[in-house]
Amino acid sequence: MTATSKQVFPWKGAVPRLKRTLRIGATAFTLAALSVGTALAAGTLRIGMTASDIPLTTGQTDQGGEGQRFMGYTVYDALVEWDLTSADKPSGLVPGLATSWAVDATDKTKWTFKLRDGVKFHDGSAFNAESVVWNLDKLLKQDAPQFDKRQSAQGKSRIPAVASYKAVDPLTVEIVTKVPDATLPYQLSWILMSSQANWEAQGKNWDAVAQKPSGTGPWMIESGFTPRERVEMTPNKAYWDTKRVPKLDKLVLIPLPEPNTRVAALRSGQVDWIEAPAPDSVASLKGAGFNIVTNAYPHNWTWHFSRVEGSPWNDIRVRKAANLAVDRQGINELLGGLSIPAEGFLPPGHQWFGKPAFKLDYNVEAAKKLMAEAGYGPDKRMKTKVIISSSGSGQMLPLAMNEYIQQTLAEIGIDVEYEVADWNTVINIWRAGAKDASAKGATAINYSYFIQDPFTGLIRHLQCNLAPPAGTNWGYYCDPDMDALFDKVRNTFDAAEQDKVLQAIHEKYVNDALFLMVTHDVAPRAMSAKVKGYVQAQNWFQDFSQITMDP
Amino acid sequence: MLVYGLKRLLHVIPVAFGVSVVCFMLIHIAPGDPLAAILPSDASAELQAQMRSFYGLDRPLVVQYGLWIWRALHGDLGVSIATGRSVSGEIAAASLNSIILALAATLIGFTLGSLLGFLAGIFRGGIIDRIASGLSMLGVSVPHYWLGMVLVIVFSVHLGWLPAMGGGPGGSDGRAVGWDYIRYLVLPAITMSVIPMGIIARTIRSLVADILSQDFTQALAAKGLMTRQILRHVIRNAAPTAISVMGLQLGYLLGGSILIETVFSWPGTGFLLNGAIFTRDLPVLQGTILVLAMFFVLVNLIVDVVQGTIDPRIQRS
Repeated sequence: MTATSKQVFPWKGAVPRLKRTLRIGATAFTLAALSVGTALAAGTLRIGMTASDIPLTTGQTDQGGEGQRFMGYTVYDALVEWDLTSADKPSGLVPGLATSWAVDATDKTKWTFKLRDGVKFHDGSAFNAESVVWNLDKLLKQDAPQFDKRQSAQGKSRIPAVASYKAVDPLTVEIVTKVPDATLPYQLSWILMSSQANWEAQGKNWDAVAQKPSGTGPWMIESGFTPRERVEMTPNKAYWDTKRVPKLDKLVLIPLPEPNTRVAALRSGQVDWIEAPAPDSVASLKGAGFNIVTNAYPHNWTWHFSRVEGSPWNDIRVRKAANLAVDRQGINELLGGLSIPAEGFLPPGHQWFGKPAFKLDYNVEAAKKLMAEAGYGPDKRMKTKVIISSSGSGQMLPLAMNEYIQQTLAEIGIDVEYEVADWNTVINIWRAGAKDASAKGATAINYSYFIQDPFTGLIRHLQCNLAPPAGTNWGYYCDPDMDALFDKVRNTFDAAEQDKVLQAIHEKYVNDALFLMVTHDVAPRAMSAKVKGYVQAQNWFQDFSQITMDP
Repeated sequence: MLVYGLKRLLHVIPVAFGVSVVCFMLIHIAPGDPLAAILPSDASAELQAQMRSFYGLDRPLVVQYGLWIWRALHGDLGVSIATGRSVSGEIAAASLNSIILALAATLIGFTLGSLLGFLAGIFRGGIIDRIASGLSMLGVSVPHYWLGMVLVIVFSVHLGWLPAMGGGPGGSDGRAVGWDYIRYLVLPAITMSVIPMGIIARTIRSLVADILSQDFTQALAAKGLMTRQILRHVIRNAAPTAISVMGLQLGYLLGGSILIETVFSWPGTGFLLNGAIFTRDLPVLQGTILVLAMFFVLVNLIVDVVQGTIDPRIQRS
């Protein structure tokens, strides 16, 4: 014989008792949670980065622009630095650990850098010309005891011009370039100076230095470094630039690679500032009282055309037609207004923008006309393949944006087939070049570029001798006129004159429609209303010294 | 018994070898370049070749595998390409965090699962059963990461009761026993506990229902035992199966969860793997997968030996 449980246990009253217990438990839990607040000292700024780890702390940072932004110009200094004081104009170079520099009037490969007197590393040792030589050896001289392959991997490619260097006196360094190269100061802005005394004190072991770094920068890392989780920085009160002595008590960096986690951390008050909030979270963040700070900076989102034989983009009419068939305002709406529609390869207002004649309007009729002139029409549509990523650093919303472009290009007779890869793979295809098998016959690659200095901004993409594997002229573009302009940049040592040459180069970029120029990111940052005094420079790097936190 | 144990141990060797080969090859077959994480994107071919040589990535795969496995046998899993830190150290720190999370999730899952299972089993067919069974079904079915985000929105963003992410107020370093740290554990542990909770609840429900329908419970009731006393017998009868199910679930949870640890930025093995995947950090990927795989091999070995001890028929088969 069997019986149901109900028949054996009538258990009247069990449910109300259970409810009561749960209610008491929930109340106790709530009180416990509320009783423990997160008491933080006033003046602590906590930033959620997009990086998945703390950038390399030993000097030369990894993690690209973000690494240099948070771990480079915070803890360290370079000989030459970027002016990060203004949000209204593009940044230019300013003296850093070097107070001045000049090229020899007779030998244009020979540079003299006068160093700042009285600068000390965080460990108390003095910065001088020997420090510069020691740091360059750290990156370039493989048999030097302080040579560090990880820092070398990051720094060596930033200073391709450097041939040799020596200390002339304690406050003078001479650097000789392989050929005359007026872009050397830009190259040196990447090179950060670590302390030899600290490296020796840490047993000449860079892994130990990583835990206890020492630079000359406005921020110090004394403790509170947990790899992959957080790092705490405190002000260097003895910083040489008194205007840049940090006002905060502490700066905490937290890697939060997952966008939703970043937003949740901001909204729950665990961080005060997040990098790159997802476009779809911006409206709700604004609604919740957070500030969204944006500004132009040297970034672009383009299609880099292949110019190898047989590529349809070898025809300027096709390149111009494609550029006229991109609805940039529509893309800006798609991005929630967090972009600057392209008017050229560089962002509008950039000091090297110049006055290109070709306007990047959205004009389907003019585009169709150009396509017809190039021999295409309803019965002869252009078919081509383009490599794009599914997501990645600086790629914004690549799938949605490219789908939109695909639709508008189809209107003028260009049928695009996408080859989608993850960002890491796209970088490898980009390095390998359009002729490589990995490109699978694609005639363009969607890339987001760091375009901050003459080399990264303009030269590396199009100089003849930088075609793969020598460089990253992905499309094998080669034009003697353009190469002549690049040579002129390298041989123009007057900064104002050099800017004019760079403007001419950019005008040629746009007038020849050398890329499909689509949009520029605006480096959105979301922050609590308590964050005060932040000026978002038009630069990949930022200054955190002037920031204060309201209680 | 000893012979059986040794035999099972010998069987582990080819399995472990197979696991190591598969995890090494899978990672090398996948597209991507570990150097992308440490080199600027426009690094010259010469510099790339130099770095490839530094890290031994230019050697034939067989040689790379041989070196890796030889060092691994000596307890050295190499250093991370992306961070330069020791892989063994990274895995040890991350494993500890994953173990803490897994234990907390098991505790929550087992307690709630048992409670729901007992209630459902006892009130079988009634409204309480339907609610408890519904909750356990929900637990098994609901996507982890979605639940994690919902919990964050409710308890961190709107109510502000609990942290949305992280391993502690100052990271997982210097972790102490106290609410300051436990509050960081609550949301990820609850998120992680829902699947074991559902599985344990369903198991216990059927166990309890089965036990209650057996003659001995009727006899106990007929003898005039109080409800409380009868319940004690039911629990005793259900406990061994429930505990073995819980043990299995703990085994799964100890492996960490990429999704949950990423959503909560919990610095465990899943978070470590996630970062390593995106940076193609081969030594970290290989090391972590190998350690996790070997952990499962070890758990299986222990289970086999323990089962063989309890039930000699298993040894004979």
